[in-house]
Amino acid sequence: MTTTTVRQEGPASVTPPPTVGSYVRNYLARVRGGDLGSLPAVTGLLVLCLVFAIVRPVFFSAANFANLFTQGAAVTAIAMGLIFVLLLGEIDLSAGFASGVCAAILANVATVLGYPWYVAVAAALFTGMVIGLTLGVLVAKVGIPSFVVTLAGFLAFQGVVLLLMEEGTNISIRDETIIAIENRWVPPLIGWVLVAVAVGGYAAAQLLRHRNRTARGLVTDPIMVVFGRIAALAVILGIAVYVLNQERSINPLISSNKGMPIVVPILAVLLVFWTFVLSRTAYGRHLYAVGGNREAARRAGINVDKIRISAFVICSAMAAVGGIIAASRDRSVDPNTGGSNVLLYAVGAAVIGGTSLFGGKGRIIDAVLGGAVVAVIINGMGLMGYSSGVKYVLTGLVLLLAAGVDALSRRRSAATGTR
Amino acid sequence: MSATPLLELRGIDKSFGPVQVLRDVAFAAYPGEVTALVGDNGAGKSTLVKCISGIYPTDAGEFLFDGAPVTINSPRDAASYGIEVVYQDLALCDNLDIVQNMFLGREKRSGIVLDEPTMEQMAAETLAGLSVRTVKSLRQHVSSLSGGQRQTVAIAKAVLWNSKLVILDEPTAALGVAQTAQVLELVRRLADNGLAVVLISHNMNDVFAVSDRIAALYLGQMVAQVKTTDITHAQVVELITAGRSGGLGLGGGNGQSDNGGEPAASTPGAVR
Repeated sequence: MTTTTVRQEGPASVTPPPTVGSYVRNYLARVRGGDLGSLPAVTGLLVLCLVFAIVRPVFFSAANFANLFTQGAAVTAIAMGLIFVLLLGEIDLSAGFASGVCAAILANVATVLGYPWYVAVAAALFTGMVIGLTLGVLVAKVGIPSFVVTLAGFLAFQGVVLLLMEEGTNISIRDETIIAIENRWVPPLIGWVLVAVAVGGYAAAQLLRHRNRTARGLVTDPIMVVFGRIAALAVILGIAVYVLNQERSINPLISSNKGMPIVVPILAVLLVFWTFVLSRTAYGRHLYAVGGNREAARRAGINVDKIRISAFVICSAMAAVGGIIAASRDRSVDPNTGGSNVLLYAVGAAVIGGTSLFGGKGRIIDAVLGGAVVAVIINGMGLMGYSSGVKYVLTGLVLLLAAGVDALSRRRSAATGTR
Repeated sequence: MSATPLLELRGIDKSFGPVQVLRDVAFAAYPGEVTALVGDNGAGKSTLVKCISGIYPTDAGEFLFDGAPVTINSPRDAASYGIEVVYQDLALCDNLDIVQNMFLGREKRSGIVLDEPTMEQMAAETLAGLSVRTVKSLRQHVSSLSGGQRQTVAIAKAVLWNSKLVILDEPTAALGVAQTAQVLELVRRLADNGLAVVLISHNMNDVFAVSDRIAALYLGQMVAQVKTTDITHAQVVELITAGRSGGLGLGGGNGQSDNGGEPAASTPGAVR
């Protein structure tokens, strides 16, 4: 221990405490280095909103703003689950039709068998977990590439939906609770209370963390940046809820139509929960580790197979949530629920949000940001009155663009060594 | 100079099917010393390390830890005795930061939540204890570090757990001159801090720069384990390539010659 007494400076204390200026400079350096984070999604969102607002002024109406949430909710939920699989560098092509299967189970249990909503929802979620477990075991234990396993699932689940729907008939949902998810609104006052709780909770978490780290002499973000984040969240949520609380009904005397869709707080809770799991628990840390370097994770004593299987279970369970939301929105389930471009939209949402297709990088908020972009695209194209041919081509191009940005930023990161 | 080795191996045999990789190997690592393990490709260095770290079971032989016989059946057993291995292909995750890598698989928690401040503090203290001053921030991703810095993090990760024996597999193989010097300095400091260090290296300059003892493997046999001051550069090269050098090596006792040993009549000639 001769040399240790000479220098007691930790590497943490060598760097000067960051200022707002250095924080901004660091951020810009990271972006230049290829770590784009949420930048493409936010930029894309602003540009798209601007374009659609100019071309179709109705885009910026309160009624249409509420539509964005109900249109994007199912895709966002599926994308949240996909992020777990994408973090490992795997893919789940079956997530769309898995949500269809779960929606079909939901409809059968609720409408055909007549059980209450919570039994139907539990059955749908359980189905999702069984699907995920099967996929995960085939990938992790048997060793079939996830691309092939889930491509097989993509085809098979399409068939399962048809079988559950007795060859093409559709089942309508009559349960009021399930319908309420996408078709009923949170009362305006409660909406404001939820915003206050969200902002207050975020502020408490951020300030506690800041105080805790400062007390221990660790490097912290400048306090102004912390306040800035809290203020930004308050402003964004405040504006969103204010607009959603406007009267949207054409004749309010007959039926009042204001407040945020009930699906919004549901997605918010899922966002907070999964973000907590990924960034604050050992499980989340291990998931990133397996995605970053599987061999290193194995040598660190992490049960890699278990992590991989669990990611598929979470992915398919979230697909079930997406299926429930879709069933609620349509008030029925048909053989095409979760089909056509739902999967592409979900993968697109995750990738546009900033989750890498190469594994190891991504956050749950990516699903929300990317989901917002996707919702704006779906909504805007609908307002433009494009034919479905044009819609498919445009959607394909957007997905390609997002994957291209991901690949290029990854190359740039490799060159500059920032990630 | 410590009298009892921290880790002593006696008569280790290891075969993979018909191929005998280690035969009757004896090896000792002393606290406060750097023991260099040298040998040509295929001599069995990596196999020996994997036997010590519990990845491979041995066919025969005994382990003595601090003079007491022990059995090591898994990497977990090895870790519980304070044996840590820093592998050649650095077992670090590029997408995690320095603190996250150092605690990977052994995270500190309070309840179910990760205790980040404690981990960051412990990491800072460990790096400070090793006089590492080259990293800018503990929260930077490992992908942004240079080769030498990565090696430093990998070594610090091994030291973090109050380890007693650290085995370094070719720590300088991919490094430049300045970075090699940095890492060697760190290796020396580990030993000065009282740890037993085993350094596997091909580079004779590195070996002579930091080691206190040199153990030479030749085709699965320990041909010599001597003090670095008692041997020359050329002799080590001879031991590595031919298995013998003057009074040392094969024919200089049963593969073992801690104190020279007298020439035996029968050379195990079947080695070639």
